[in-house]
Amino acid sequence: MSASTAALPQPAGSAGIAANAGLVRVGAPALLGVVLLAIWQLICTTFAVPEYLVPSPLRIAQTLAEDWVLLSSALMTTLKVTFLAFALAMVLGVAAAFLFVQSRIVEISLFPYAVILQVTPIVAIAPLIIIWVKDPLPAMVICATIVALFPIISNTILGLRSVNPGLMNLFRLNRATRWQTLARLRVPSALPYFFGGLRISSGLALIGAVVAEFVAGTGGTASGLAYQILQSGFQLNIPRLFAALFLITLTGIVLFTAMASLSKWALRWHESEMN
Amino acid sequence: MSAAVTALRSAQPETAMDMPAGRAAGADAPVVLEADRVEKTYPNGTHALNDTSVQIRRGEFVSLLGPSGCGKSTLLKMFAGLEVPSSGRIVLHDGHDAAGRASGHRSMAMVFQEATLMPWARVDDNVRLPLDLAGMRRSDSEPRIADALEMVGLSQFKQSYPRELSGGMQMRVSIARALAVQPSILLMDEPFGALDEFTRNKLDSDLHQLWEQRGFTVVFVTHSIYEAVFLSSRVVVMAARPGRVIADVSIDAPPQRDEAYRVSQPFIDNCRVLSQHLTRANRGER
Repeated sequence: MSASTAALPQPAGSAGIAANAGLVRVGAPALLGVVLLAIWQLICTTFAVPEYLVPSPLRIAQTLAEDWVLLSSALMTTLKVTFLAFALAMVLGVAAAFLFVQSRIVEISLFPYAVILQVTPIVAIAPLIIIWVKDPLPAMVICATIVALFPIISNTILGLRSVNPGLMNLFRLNRATRWQTLARLRVPSALPYFFGGLRISSGLALIGAVVAEFVAGTGGTASGLAYQILQSGFQLNIPRLFAALFLITLTGIVLFTAMASLSKWALRWHESEMN
Repeated sequence: MSAAVTALRSAQPETAMDMPAGRAAGADAPVVLEADRVEKTYPNGTHALNDTSVQIRRGEFVSLLGPSGCGKSTLLKMFAGLEVPSSGRIVLHDGHDAAGRASGHRSMAMVFQEATLMPWARVDDNVRLPLDLAGMRRSDSEPRIADALEMVGLSQFKQSYPRELSGGMQMRVSIARALAVQPSILLMDEPFGALDEFTRNKLDSDLHQLWEQRGFTVVFVTHSIYEAVFLSSRVVVMAARPGRVIADVSIDAPPQRDEAYRVSQPFIDNCRVLSQHLTRANRGER
C-alpha cells in the first residue's frame, strides 16, 4: 500500500505509476498467499497435525508431484467436460437468444422452459441423465451444459433488447435493413451483457462438470477430479484430496481470468472496461 | 425549366463562398419540405399537433421555437419520416437535388438531442455509418468523412472512441455524421440543449458558418429564443395544448452573425418580438 502512495508524487510519468499499480495488484495477493501458506505449514509441523486431518502445503505439493499421472489425467477429463459444456452452452445460448428476440411468440412459449431448466437442481436430474445417456462423457457434458446455459440466454436476450432508442431511430432514418440493424446495432449493443453472461457461465460449467462427476462417480464410473476427491475421501488419502481440490480451484481461477481478459479486450470501448 | 434554375442555384453556394446561401434563399426559393394541415393524436389521447402547416424553402434556416409539449419535436420527426401524422401530409419535394449527385446521396440527415454515437465504434466509423448503410464503397466514403470531420474541426480525433471525447465534441461528431451524407436538408432536434452555454454558443456560430458556406436547408428545433434569433433566417413560433403554430417571423439581421450580433439592437428587437408572441399565446391559453 505505502509503495503505491509513495510512487504518486514522483514526476516519473503515468506509465511508471500504472506499472507500479499492476505490480501491487498481482504482488499483494501473491505475498499474502505465501504468508498464509507459511503459517499453515508452520502450524502443521509444530503441532504435528496428522495428515489425514489437514496435510501440510508441502505434503500436498509432494502428492501433486507423486500422483501427477493419475491427477493430470483426471484434470484432463474435467477440463474436457468443462470446455465442451461451456462451448455448447455458448452456441446454444446465443442461438436461443437470437431465436427468442426474433419472435415474441417463440419467446413466450419457450422462456418458461428455460427457467425450469435453470431452477431444477442439477444434482437432482444428473442421475437420470447419466442413466439415460450410456456414455459417461456426453452425459456429464449435458449436465454441465444445463448448468451453464441460462446466464448466456438471459444476458444475451437482455443485451439484444438494450439498444439505444436514438441509435435505433438513426438506423431507421438511414433505411437500414433488418440484417444491418442486427449485425451493426443489436449485436454490438449486446456484447457487454453477453460477456457478463460468459463470465458467470464459465464458472458454472466447471461447477456443473464437478457435480456431474460426483454423481457419475457415486455410481462407480471413473472420471475426473471430482471422482478423485470422492475416492480419496473413501481411502482417507487426504493429501490427494487436497491436491485434486487445488487443481479444481486453479482451473476455476484460470477460466475466470481468461474470461475477464477476453471481455476487457472485446469491450475496450465500453465504460466498464475503461480504467 | 425550373429544374435547370434549381440546379444552378444549388451549385452556387459551393463554388462561390462570397455568395452565402442564406442571402440567396428568400420568398422566391422553391419549397423543399412541407407539412400540409398535419395533425397528430397519440393513442393515449394526447393531442400533440393541431392542424399545422409549415413550408420550408430551399436554403432557409428555419427554427421551430416553443415550450415543451408544443409539438415541435413531433413535427421534426414527421419531416424525418420517424413519425406518421394522424391526418394531413408531409411532402418532400425531391426535385431540389437535381444537381446530379452520386446515387448513394441521401437528401436528408438528422441530428438528435443527444449525440447518439455508437460507443463501440471509433469517431471515423461513426461518421461513416450512414454511408455504409447506403452501401457506399470505402474508397468513396473516405474523402467525405475526412471532409466532414474537417468541417467540425475534429480531424485529429478520428481514431478516438466517443467515451474519450467531451459532450461538445461528441455533438460535433454527430453533426459530422449528418454532414457526411451531404444532405440538402438538415434536421436538428435541440442538438445543443444538453451542453453548457459557452459550448452551445460556439457550436451555434460554427453551425451558422457551415450553413452559410454549404447552402443546405436547416430545420432546427429549439426552446431558446436567443438561439433561434442567432441562427435562423425564419422562426416558426409554436404553442402547446394543443401544439400549433402561432407566428411565422422572418429574422432580418446582418449575415455576419458573431458575438457582436448577440448584443446588437436587431438581435434584441427580434428576441422581443418572439418573446411577445410566446407570452401572448400563453395568456390566451388561460
